[in-house]
Amino acid sequence: MSVLVMVEPGEELSLQAISLARDLGSPLHALAIGRPGTELGAYGVETLHVVEDDRLSAYAPAAWAACLEQLLDRLSPTAVVAAGTNRGNEVLGHLAARRDLPFAANVIAVGSDDGVTRVRWGGSLLEEARIHAELKLLTVAPHMVEASTVNGGQAQVEGFEPDLAEEDLVVRVVEHAETPSAGISLAEAKVVVSGGRGVGSADGFGMLEELAGLLNAAVGCSRVVTMAGWRPHTDQVGQTGTKVAPDLYIACGISGATQHIAGCKGAKKILAINSDAEAPILSSADYAVIGDLAEIVPAITEELRKAQS
Amino acid sequence: MRILVCVKRVPLTGGKMVLTADEQALETRHLGFTISPHEECGVEEAVRLVENHGGEVTVLTLGPAEAEEQIRDSLANGGDRGVHLVTGDEEWDPQATAAVIVSTVQAEESAGGGFDLIVFGNESADGGNYQVGIRVAYALGRPVATGLKGLSVEDGRVRCEQEVPGGRDIYELPLPAVVSVLEGINLPRYPSVPAKLRARSKPVESSTPERPEPKLEKVRLVVPPGQGKQAEILGNGPDAAPRVVEIMREIGVAG
Repeated sequence: MSVLVMVEPGEELSLQAISLARDLGSPLHALAIGRPGTELGAYGVETLHVVEDDRLSAYAPAAWAACLEQLLDRLSPTAVVAAGTNRGNEVLGHLAARRDLPFAANVIAVGSDDGVTRVRWGGSLLEEARIHAELKLLTVAPHMVEASTVNGGQAQVEGFEPDLAEEDLVVRVVEHAETPSAGISLAEAKVVVSGGRGVGSADGFGMLEELAGLLNAAVGCSRVVTMAGWRPHTDQVGQTGTKVAPDLYIACGISGATQHIAGCKGAKKILAINSDAEAPILSSADYAVIGDLAEIVPAITEELRKAQS
Repeated sequence: MRILVCVKRVPLTGGKMVLTADEQALETRHLGFTISPHEECGVEEAVRLVENHGGEVTVLTLGPAEAEEQIRDSLANGGDRGVHLVTGDEEWDPQATAAVIVSTVQAEESAGGGFDLIVFGNESADGGNYQVGIRVAYALGRPVATGLKGLSVEDGRVRCEQEVPGGRDIYELPLPAVVSVLEGINLPRYPSVPAKLRARSKPVESSTPERPEPKLEKVRLVVPPGQGKQAEILGNGPDAAPRVVEIMREIGVAG
């Protein structure tokens, strides 16, 4: 029973999606709008259907879904899978709406029959669910499934020419505006120095910035801080902010609500600096220093300065 | 402009996820409730658009009787009227949610005129299904853009901005349209006491729709493993600084 995977060119998470898709059946077909760049045969893809169409040079979600939908008629797969990226979730949402089928977003495992396990609350909770449909639509939660290769040969590449309606091209990217990069990006920083309510004020972030400067780190914050207007939302780490994966995450005066942990649990190590030894952050952290962060953070900065000189 | 904003009542989770005995829901006896964050920004965005262009903001929720609290909060922040689709304790799956919103929109529009814009949050904090807005758009035959961090309306079109690595992607949709927004598109206002009082007397219509059988059926919830590790205490107060720097060296980030 064949399975169809949507592959986003240049998107590593698509390889994770393919790896989970193998658990759903075979042969594995992949669809890519534009050449994917990676040899997908090693990941178990038997046939890669490539759409090269000028009308799709700019991303158009409904048109991508139309391509998938037209392949359904040809391949009759039992499942359609995509990565749980912005586009993956959007395009499968479109496909689900077009076919009026259920769609399970951010799945981490599939069972026998109709069962799937998916994430809720940005990963703080799991749901075991059943998809009641002949054709299963699902996306794969980022970084929850390892991208793994199999003993596959080269994927057979076939061109695919979709029949696109005018209405499928109404919503498309008409312009791309570059934003000049400002310092070290939160998502890619090796160290993140992050502050919560305990920092006390917008000015309080000065000492976090000083420490961050020495560590080549990005400064982050909790949702309480952005809601108070102390820092911009672009600095927010959490379920509704940026998800970070540094080597070290330093949480200063952050209590550790699940909404925040959902954004920083990808860190290799977490150091909590908190006045409350009972704060929930301590059950997510590897290390903790208990006390007043207004004394502790400058002391670390000072110690680091000595060590670096 | 006539704008409809759809919001969801969700618990304010604390530091730990605790389930009810039947594993069907979070134990919320000791928790407060709020509007799901993306949707809170959706209300603010709708109110700002109406402040600039004139019109009316209708706030819709599908949720238990207590969800009237979230409608009233939205009305305190500038919404004009509420529509409450009252449910029991059981969750509605995304397909059923979309279907009941569609039939409500159709009834609202035939009675009071069309909505120029229907605003959703990109995904709810709890379910995270990423699809209700898209389904509603298809059923109504309207264009939809998701995950937006910027919205502006001009000449019968809505300009939509999406954050992507390195910049922003821009979409332009003809109205009427459906959009879903992300937290950070604005900083929602904090309601004044008079605004809260006024919200009490704004109209909220309620009805009790029938819940269809879910096609995406929740079997049970599970707390993921890994909750509840215990941090190694490096020390108390500034005296712990040398030990912290030692750890930074071990991790290889001390610079």
